[in-house]
Amino acid sequence: MTVALAAAAALLFAIGTYLVLQRRLSRIIIGIGLMGHGANVLFLVSGRRGDPPLVGSAPASDFSDPLPQAMVLTAIVITFGVTALLLALAYRSWLLTDDDEVEDDVSDRVIAGGGFIDREVTDADAALADVIDPAGGHRATNRRRRR
Amino acid sequence: MTALLTLPILLPLIGSGCSMIVGRSRVLQRIVSLTVLSAMAAVSIGLLVVVDRDGPIAVQAGGWAAPMGITLDADRLSALMLAVASVMLLAVLVYAIGQPGAERNHVGFQSVYLVLSAGVAGAFLTGDLFNLFVSFEMMLAASYVLITLGARRDQVRAGMTYVVISLIASTLFVTALALVYSATGTVNLADLSQRMEQLSPGLRTAFSVLLLVVFGIKAGLFPLFFWLPDSYPTAPSAVTAVFAGLLTKVGVYAIIRTQTLLFPPESRPSTLILVLAGATMVVGVLGAIAQDDVKRILSFHIVSHVGFMVMGLGFFTVAGLGGAVFYIVHHIVVMTTLFLTGGLIEHVGGSSRLSRVGGLVTGAPVVAVLFLVPALSLAGVPPFSGFVAKLGLLQAGVSASHGVIVGVALVVSLLTLFSMMKIWSAVFWGEKPSEPAVSLGTAPQLMVAPTLVLAVVSLVIAVSAGPLHDLGVRAATGLLDPHEYLEAVRQPEGLAR
Repeated sequence: MTVALAAAAALLFAIGTYLVLQRRLSRIIIGIGLMGHGANVLFLVSGRRGDPPLVGSAPASDFSDPLPQAMVLTAIVITFGVTALLLALAYRSWLLTDDDEVEDDVSDRVIAGGGFIDREVTDADAALADVIDPAGGHRATNRRRRR
Repeated sequence: MTALLTLPILLPLIGSGCSMIVGRSRVLQRIVSLTVLSAMAAVSIGLLVVVDRDGPIAVQAGGWAAPMGITLDADRLSALMLAVASVMLLAVLVYAIGQPGAERNHVGFQSVYLVLSAGVAGAFLTGDLFNLFVSFEMMLAASYVLITLGARRDQVRAGMTYVVISLIASTLFVTALALVYSATGTVNLADLSQRMEQLSPGLRTAFSVLLLVVFGIKAGLFPLFFWLPDSYPTAPSAVTAVFAGLLTKVGVYAIIRTQTLLFPPESRPSTLILVLAGATMVVGVLGAIAQDDVKRILSFHIVSHVGFMVMGLGFFTVAGLGGAVFYIVHHIVVMTTLFLTGGLIEHVGGSSRLSRVGGLVTGAPVVAVLFLVPALSLAGVPPFSGFVAKLGLLQAGVSASHGVIVGVALVVSLLTLFSMMKIWSAVFWGEKPSEPAVSLGTAPQLMVAPTLVLAVVSLVIAVSAGPLHDLGVRAATGLLDPHEYLEAVRQPEGLAR
């Protein structure tokens, strides 16, 4: 059982790592989810196996170790919450760019090319962005799609 | 005692809830967060005084005994970090309120900021590895929201990088926890430090390096720093300031805590840490020189200076660690001030790009002074705090006979000065560019005041360097000989005190 679970964890890590190295956000998110599961499975294996740790159901020496299970539960909840946030971000990115590919860093490209940048964003723009058009990206995207 | 240890975590969390309840009124929200963070700063300073006088204290939350229950503890290092961090959080909050942009347009800013504060406090005060993970996640989840606040295209792009790399670090952290638990059967730091000695040296070194990788990603250590200069500059400058000042330092704190407490001297990867520290310093400062944007230059300097702190750890001597502790305190203050000044430059000059602003020394002399003080301090020019901090570290390096890294550190300091002068001559001295960016007018008082206060604090650090350095040395002594800390955690009356 331990070997099977360890192998499952290894498999999840392998697939997750492969997916995280892709350029599409949807794949990266699935990859991160799988890696998280791999880590959680590994955590489950780390405790002692045995009977359910309910007082009275079995002698205490036969109990499985409940501590890793409690900790895995916390880790699962955290992964769940952050994955939801990541999905929301990916959706926003798709609305803004019409694509779920990860973009290059603009400033890095500028420095690598020795050129100058055509657009920059400052705190002032951030202050204005929400005043002028709270869903600016969304509408622009729709317009483009209609055409 | 119990209150001192629990309040820094509970206050901001409760405040965050209250802030959501009064979400319709921005004034009430501000009152809540300012009250909570002032109280947190007061409690943290009280904690520092008590811990420095009586030695480490611990509380078993929930009443379970040490290895099973949730331990909260504070020794001199964590109390000092917490005190500096909470003062910083308060100052940056005032700045954020004064700044047009981040805080004014987003209902959630205050609540998320308070969750971030709770996460930072939790990371400093927790006594077990698993709750360190939970505190990190609390802090990071809040930072994901803050860094993508506004959800502009570049923010989403940079935020994605930041979230994904942090998640991978967190996954590695869970993996490390699983492996440590299966090898030792505990995650309590004090308990672990005993059980680690029973493991084989190879396993210990593996754990040590694994934890170094996990926290190295969070701290921005070479070669795991690439996400940092990419993602930090896109956030509003108040947010970047608190990230720059605190988030990487929490990573450095975790590195120092785990490497000194968990592993016996012979399985500490001292050489590896020193090599990484040197590479971090050099690569960070070279990256800074190549940039053309104040915020990006400063972000690379965060990386570069994380190298200095980790170098102090790498010596594993009292002088080295004491120097590192002092350096962290100095760097939190100075880096936050610089980023706040970066925001002022952006406000007054209309841009943070060196090619778009110039000649600000006549238009905004106060901003010029506010930049010059922390900039010279960062470079390590006497008589500012950076000089004292670097002197302490370099003396420790010489006495530990690590001449090479001391030389590297000196060259990096010189390059830091060069990079700071590059900003100075472009932004404050240079000619106004032919197409200058549109200024937002003079800087609001509420933005200038906290920056000024922090700049003065950095001068106070320089003036009171003697007592502060002594405190750093006492903290370092406690790190290298943790028997006081272990006793505090194991004490059964830890709860009753």
